[in-house]
Amino acid sequence: MSRFLSSSIGRKVVMALTGFFLITFLIVHLGINLSLFWGPEAFNEASEFMATNGVIQVMQYVLAAGFIMHIILGVKLELQNRSSRGVKYAVNKPSENSSFSSRNMIVTGIIVLLFLILHLKDFFVELKFFDKGGFSTDYDLVTALFKNPVYTAIYVIAFILLGIHLSHGFQSAFQSTGANYNKYKRCLKNTGIAFSILIAVGFSAIALYFSFIN
Amino acid sequence: MTTLNSKIPEGPIAQKWENYKAHTNLVNPSNRRKLDIIIIGSGLAGGAAAATLGEAGYNVKLFYFQDSPRRAHSIAAQGGINASKNYQNDNDSDYRLFYDTVKGGDYRGREENVYRLAQLSGNIIDQCVAQGVPFAREYGGTLTNRSFGGAQVSRTFYASGATGQQLLLGAYSSMNRQIKAGTVKSYSRHEMLDVVIVDGKARGIIARDLVTGKIERFGAHAVVVGSGGYGNVFYLSTNAMNCNATAAWKIYKKGAYFANPCFAQIHPTCIPVSGENQSKLTLMSESLRNDGRIWVPKNIEDVKAIREGKLKPTEITEENRDYYLERRYPAFGNLVPRDVASRAAKERCDAGYGVNKAGYAVYLDFEDAINRLGKDIVKERYGNLFDMYENITGDNPYVTPMMIYPASHYTMGGTWVDYETMTTVPGLYAIGEANFSDHGANRLGASSLMQCLCDGYFVLPATISNYLNDDIHTGPIATDTADFDKAEADVTGLIDKLFAVKGSKSVDYFHKKLGKVMWDKVGLSRNEKNLKEAIEEIKVIREDFWKDVRVTGKANQFNNELEKAIRVADFLELGELMAIDALNRKESCGAHYREESVELDGPQKGEAKRNDKDFTYVAAWEYMGDGKAPKLHKEELTFKAIELKQRNYK
Amino acid sequence: MDFTLKIWRQEDANAQGSMKEYKVTDIDSDTSFLETLDVLNQQLVEKNEDVISFDNDCREGVCGTCSLYINGEAHGPKKLVTTCQLYMRSFKDGQTIYIEPFRAKSFPIVKDLVVDRSAFDRIQQSGGYTSFDTGGAVDANAILIPKEDAADAFDAAECIGCGACVATCKNSSAMLYVSAKVSQFAYLPQGRVEATERVMNMVNQMDAEGFGNCTNTGACEVECPKGISLENIARLNREFLKATLVPK
Repeated sequence: MSRFLSSSIGRKVVMALTGFFLITFLIVHLGINLSLFWGPEAFNEASEFMATNGVIQVMQYVLAAGFIMHIILGVKLELQNRSSRGVKYAVNKPSENSSFSSRNMIVTGIIVLLFLILHLKDFFVELKFFDKGGFSTDYDLVTALFKNPVYTAIYVIAFILLGIHLSHGFQSAFQSTGANYNKYKRCLKNTGIAFSILIAVGFSAIALYFSFIN
Repeated sequence: MTTLNSKIPEGPIAQKWENYKAHTNLVNPSNRRKLDIIIIGSGLAGGAAAATLGEAGYNVKLFYFQDSPRRAHSIAAQGGINASKNYQNDNDSDYRLFYDTVKGGDYRGREENVYRLAQLSGNIIDQCVAQGVPFAREYGGTLTNRSFGGAQVSRTFYASGATGQQLLLGAYSSMNRQIKAGTVKSYSRHEMLDVVIVDGKARGIIARDLVTGKIERFGAHAVVVGSGGYGNVFYLSTNAMNCNATAAWKIYKKGAYFANPCFAQIHPTCIPVSGENQSKLTLMSESLRNDGRIWVPKNIEDVKAIREGKLKPTEITEENRDYYLERRYPAFGNLVPRDVASRAAKERCDAGYGVNKAGYAVYLDFEDAINRLGKDIVKERYGNLFDMYENITGDNPYVTPMMIYPASHYTMGGTWVDYETMTTVPGLYAIGEANFSDHGANRLGASSLMQCLCDGYFVLPATISNYLNDDIHTGPIATDTADFDKAEADVTGLIDKLFAVKGSKSVDYFHKKLGKVMWDKVGLSRNEKNLKEAIEEIKVIREDFWKDVRVTGKANQFNNELEKAIRVADFLELGELMAIDALNRKESCGAHYREESVELDGPQKGEAKRNDKDFTYVAAWEYMGDGKAPKLHKEELTFKAIELKQRNYK
Repeated sequence: MDFTLKIWRQEDANAQGSMKEYKVTDIDSDTSFLETLDVLNQQLVEKNEDVISFDNDCREGVCGTCSLYINGEAHGPKKLVTTCQLYMRSFKDGQTIYIEPFRAKSFPIVKDLVVDRSAFDRIQQSGGYTSFDTGGAVDANAILIPKEDAADAFDAAECIGCGACVATCKNSSAMLYVSAKVSQFAYLPQGRVEATERVMNMVNQMDAEGFGNCTNTGACEVECPKGISLENIARLNREFLKATLVPK
């Protein structure tokens, strides 16, 4: 086990597993958010459930740990990878052989992380520790925030970047855990892209809806 | 020494090897670690020997000029490896493989060696499969075979079109295991520049570290040369750019006789020369001849139209094509041995029927095979070769016939060795293509991989103990002796001399010049006048070289120009010996074709004529000193297990 | 055709290197890329300058000796070929061509465009073999291997060890190289015997050599002259997981 965690492959597997975990979290999160469309009751109820359910309460810490591991390992691997080539190429055409998303995981990842901090401050912290930031319900807090166009813009951009992050991350996690076969390669890739779009569009749609329409 | 002792064991031919092994001297396992063996070359012969001797417990020091032992030129062999497994149930046997090899070699190989080769051929396949070599297989999971030139049975094992690569990587893997175990020490980018003889025995080498330029000494109880052939003497050949004869030539100059140097094989199916900057020729595996049909147009008008680009080969109708191999050799057709196929192509082109712009190419056509087998099967068999052809020429062989022409490919001649693969210098061995023994005057397809691995895995490891047995009390070989001083001084002297010329022409200039003389006058077709001219011309080029060569860079750094200069200096001497040998052998046999020696009448009219009465011998040349004529020693060849017959593929 | 060549020159491993500009003229489009460098070197000899060092040997795409990062891609713009199989017809007349060595910390430069890839050999030495002594093999047909498995093993075994995967990878990862060997043996019953030790040793050695981590960009597969599939990396990951996590 220690050989596993100290090896390059082991670390990548941990990246993948935490990635899978975060993907699951995103699905749940999106599900809750989508309930905003069903009006205040539905959302408040879902929100209430998340705040009180015992399993979710425990999972919260697991989730935090997952995030932290994913981030720390990601940064660590990136630093190692950067040092594995001394002199850089004078001319390099990576676009000939790889996708933008696959090459810029650290960039999209860090921006999403910055957003996450902002996001946690605005929603999670307010809801949990500061009595809904003065609003009477969770629904009110959320919809009010989206009235701020700057906030909505940041939100949408962050989720587009998260989509880009996921478009590589999804299939990459399968590859890292050895669950990729040529037979299913295309299917996995397409599923990954569809999922990334779903996440990016799903979250953004909510923000845009409450920003402009509602 | 005037008579060569080939040390053939007693007994009937099929029992000789067993007899030898039963009675030879051994070195016990605990003594082996006290013995050092130097091996030059990491190809199939050297690599296999390093692995096997390492497994046995000897201390092996392996030297090769490449950056990795996996890059030796054995890797480029495409077609396959023969073995008398008789998996196809087509009456194959050790005897039949032996018979085909001796006959294919035009009765100029040593029959006892060839028989042993045939006997061990099956073990090689077993060995390679155990290493994980991914040979092609049948749906039932058994190994599959294909047929090859010069044989009427299907006995060639293959791994797509990369058999040499897979076999070499197999040997490389076994070698790696021994490197890890510490029995083999690997010296990459090291070129052997001399052998050191102490009290008449080979006791070490002088090598140049090609990265630092440092000249280093290495001592050992025996030295094994597995450095390959000298086909690059022709400049353009299918050999790798850095293949060279330096190791073989240096040991020749230290007393190892050089045998049959004129036996150089010209491979019939190579991609024709396209331009003057061409640096090497690419071989298309002979296996293509299994399904491809070779032809040129029947009518000279069609040839002209093709050269002018007015006519496409596919537009020429069946009756206007001359399938000259099928016409001349109905029994073997397109599968005649290499020398016969090469000369037939040259004959057609010399008669004006060559189909590329320069007039030196014939067609190799797969239209029939595609119609008969379907494109998929043709693709499965030859796909990678077709891709390679298309990449080089820009033509698609599925649509238009390939163009091919003969090119220098393999050298049957090499350092003279006895049954134990020992040269005339005690403790100095030569294995693989570097020695002369098994292929006679012509090598059959898929036999070189077999011979290299046979020497490396089975023959040398079984014979070297007979010599090393005397050395178990010798102790490590000291390298701070006068003999090593002298050898090192010779090497540094040579390098200084090359730099001191400070001439005006590059090394390649001289190599190209030599190659042209060799190809024109010591190539596919030879005659007395041309050979005599060649000898004179080579001398002139050599003198020019030493007066006018320019070696750039420095001695104490990575310097490819210096490497080339050392190698070309040796080729310039070896080329002359090839011509001398060719001049001496006034007969046509195998790859050696003397225009003066052809059948004048009868059914074989016009075909090469062997002269068994005067030339059934191995010509082993002894170096007598610079500027002196080499001395000829003859090893008479006797054939007891096979009747001497004129080859007939008609 | 005429070309401007910008080539990395570096005296030796410790020297400072830089890009130098050269011109070659009147090159036939059927001339190979390395032959064009030969022509340039002949010109340098004429000028009595030190020639450009570059690794090459078989010039038919199988020995894996040639390397070169040409115009931003390993083995140049054409896919599925090595540098030695690249012809000038792949370039435009008058084009400027950048020629750099394969770059990775684990491939130190020897001189000019020549690099030291011995790290690859050390990885193979750590476990790329079956432990079996010459002479002890059973009859070749005693081991039955499905045709497809043999073909898949061959596809993996086709790796020529050139290092294009490492040179191309933004992380200088050697995973494709290692996975090719591990996969070859994973397909074959002969290789299964030592599968656990092999994959652990080879991955450990790969890490010790300082190659970067695989981030699945897939660049290696695209630039590999032999088209070694990315699926091999997934298989390597599986083999490694099995070896480290499944109890014996």
